[in-house]
Amino acid sequence: MKVRVLNYIPKESFIHSLSGTTKLIIFLSFSFLCGLSFDTRVLLFLLFLSVLGFSLSRIKLSEIRIMSTFLVVFIVMNAILLFIFNPEYGPKLYGSRTLLFHIAGKYDMTLEQLFYQFNVSLKYVIGFPIAILFISTTNPSEFASSLSAIGVPYRVSYSVSLALRYIPDIQRDFSEISQSQEARGIALGKDVGFFERLKNSAKILLPLVLTSLSRIDEISNSMQLRSFGKKKNRTWYMKKKMTVNDYLVIAFCIVVFVVGLIITNQGGNNLYNPFVG
Amino acid sequence: MEPIISFRNFSFQYNAQKNPTLKDINLDIYPGEKVLICGASGSGKSTLGNCINGLIPFSFDGKISGKLTVDGIETKNSSIFELSTRVGTVLQDPDGQFVGLTVAEDIAFALENDCVENETMKRQTLLSASKVNIENRMNNAPQDLSGGQKQRVSMAGVLVDDVKILLFDEPLANLDPATGKSAIELIEKIKNETGTTVIIIEHRIEDVLWERVDRIILMDDGRIVSDSSPEKLLRSSLLKEYGIREPLYITQLKYAGVDLNNVEGIDSIRTIRLSEADKEKVRNWYARQDREDKTNVNDYLLEVENVDFKYDESEQILFDINTKIKKGEMLAIVGKNGAGKSTLCKVICGFERNYNGKIIFDHEDVTDKSIRARARNIGYVMQNPNQMISQSMIFDEVALGLKNTGLSEEEIRERVYDVLKICGLYSFRNWPISALSFGQKKRVTIASILVMGPQIIILDEPTAGQDFRHYTDIMDFLDELNREGKTIIMVTHDMHLMLEYTDRSLVFADGKLEADKSGSAVLCDPELVDLADLKETSLFNIANMTGIDDPVDFVDCFIAYEKKERSHES
Repeated sequence: MKVRVLNYIPKESFIHSLSGTTKLIIFLSFSFLCGLSFDTRVLLFLLFLSVLGFSLSRIKLSEIRIMSTFLVVFIVMNAILLFIFNPEYGPKLYGSRTLLFHIAGKYDMTLEQLFYQFNVSLKYVIGFPIAILFISTTNPSEFASSLSAIGVPYRVSYSVSLALRYIPDIQRDFSEISQSQEARGIALGKDVGFFERLKNSAKILLPLVLTSLSRIDEISNSMQLRSFGKKKNRTWYMKKKMTVNDYLVIAFCIVVFVVGLIITNQGGNNLYNPFVG
Repeated sequence: MEPIISFRNFSFQYNAQKNPTLKDINLDIYPGEKVLICGASGSGKSTLGNCINGLIPFSFDGKISGKLTVDGIETKNSSIFELSTRVGTVLQDPDGQFVGLTVAEDIAFALENDCVENETMKRQTLLSASKVNIENRMNNAPQDLSGGQKQRVSMAGVLVDDVKILLFDEPLANLDPATGKSAIELIEKIKNETGTTVIIIEHRIEDVLWERVDRIILMDDGRIVSDSSPEKLLRSSLLKEYGIREPLYITQLKYAGVDLNNVEGIDSIRTIRLSEADKEKVRNWYARQDREDKTNVNDYLLEVENVDFKYDESEQILFDINTKIKKGEMLAIVGKNGAGKSTLCKVICGFERNYNGKIIFDHEDVTDKSIRARARNIGYVMQNPNQMISQSMIFDEVALGLKNTGLSEEEIRERVYDVLKICGLYSFRNWPISALSFGQKKRVTIASILVMGPQIIILDEPTAGQDFRHYTDIMDFLDELNREGKTIIMVTHDMHLMLEYTDRSLVFADGKLEADKSGSAVLCDPELVDLADLKETSLFNIANMTGIDDPVDFVDCFIAYEKKERSHES
């Protein structure tokens, strides 16, 4: 009935078999390193790892078609806008200017700008698969337990799990409420202008909030009646036991992270600069 | 024997309220007892339950005086956590209390919070699941379960704790009749297997009494007005006085002049034994009834032709539905959850578009018309008023649908006032909606549909969760609208509503329209009752017991008699 953009895709694979905590550590260490580093060598290595991880997970591209289309569109848009707003950032950053050709007005294409934008795009190309990989190979039920394992208080991490639990219910409320509003002449369909629709959509908000609030009341009562918040810690039914593989992967992540940072900061900044000989 | 629950001069007042909700309660409940607590809405019965499980005072603030001990501990010096290991509570809405992403996680929830180690937890969860026969659904998400299954999960979720007391807050409210019956049977089974004390808070007495109950506590206005065996209570007239519906067979026997003091096993239709003399009385009563002929209108207002429906890539929900609805009819759609009742209504209103077949309104094909175009003729009232109300003032809410119709302010005001008068809401017209009770909100939503001037009004579960008094209020109001010419279609689980207020019922099972006949004929047809997860009426049993050969007519006579009685009273 609904198109799912992001969801768990159950499979048998090495990546799936890792515990949620391990996958969260992979995800965090890679995204931090990828965000901090502008060193092309480090980024290329991360790209290699992220592609490797992806193929290990046995997730097919067709299964994440919507997200990958979005990614490509996003990267292209981003590259174009970056160039339009700041075509001279590359030369400034790398301290040299190698003109390739003139485009129009103040716009020149320089090797440095091209290299800079290549690095920026690379970051996205690395980051997205890792995020998708994390989401589509981690059972949502394990999500909360992995957050709590890295030190997030369980009251906070459990709310992630609750949100996942109630998204379908809220979607259903939303569609029922909008249908009943539409039946009272509140236009929400394509036959009215965008702003009219936007204004009318606001009318769905109050009933949606009210129904959600009464839901929350009931859930919190039900949770209290079953001892939620009784102890400082809690255990998790869906938590996977850590295996040797988990520890090896975590160790590997830490090594990559540390070495990556050292290489990145070698020249006193986070750039890899091929232009200054 | 020491009581396991003991109220001593106990009163409770919510901080937000002027008067105490519970007044001077003295009540002892003993280990192993099965107690039914009943009362109209606002009688304090749910509040009493919340005192036992500790939601009061630990979640709802208020002032307690007197004393309440549960399993030897005084509740106000305890904590909700300490109490929750002794009292297991199954709340009203099986969906709202499902916390986990899967069945297994939901059952294990209390164990997780208690830091139970993983291996033990899995074993206990499975054990608990098998007590309620849900063990082969461990990895299902809540969306994949029926209402009855969700309720079983809730039961398993409190059984993991080895509680001594099980508290059920309106366990029947959200279930279809057959599922409600099996819920009552399951509660009995658990009680017998585990020896727990069971407390059921419910106003549908006849359904709870399907299985034996030791005691019934009747509440009104925060006080206990009766505390006796079911037999004694049923023999009295207290239930009626305090706005609770008597079991139908009891009412019938009273009408027939049977002296209930001499009847054995009257607490359940399964155990009742009538003497020959009493049977004769019932037959005599039946012989005295006269029947009214109903006037027949033959103009069809709504025709549904060959409607098939399925959501994309999922199982078919409606199979070749054909039905015709006459002008001025009052009609019930019944059947188990997921049988296609609501879907048919959504198709009729145009909410769901991808169907095959035709919808004809007043001889005009509206199959391709939009929701809004159809809404002028067919109004839809949702079950939960909070899902419909989008304005904060009553007037604005009712006027909302007229805003875009090109009427002048004057005309709008006039029409809204007219409708508010019909709905008995005129004196509240400048009130904020938040000040209204649930039943009044329901009226506002009906008013907001009525103002559009539809000829057909479709209502989803108009009386769900309402006690007898509010049920009668709403239904008499709908009856009045019907007499003024509106055609009314109701989706309902309430067998009595179908019997008492409708001319005809459409019975659905698994997406097919299985029967189209009067409510009394439906409920006197055991095969159909079984097929559509309905519940036989106890009047049918009385007819059989007394050898009346036309049970359908017997039921019709009873309903007609009851209506007359009620109009005498008011």
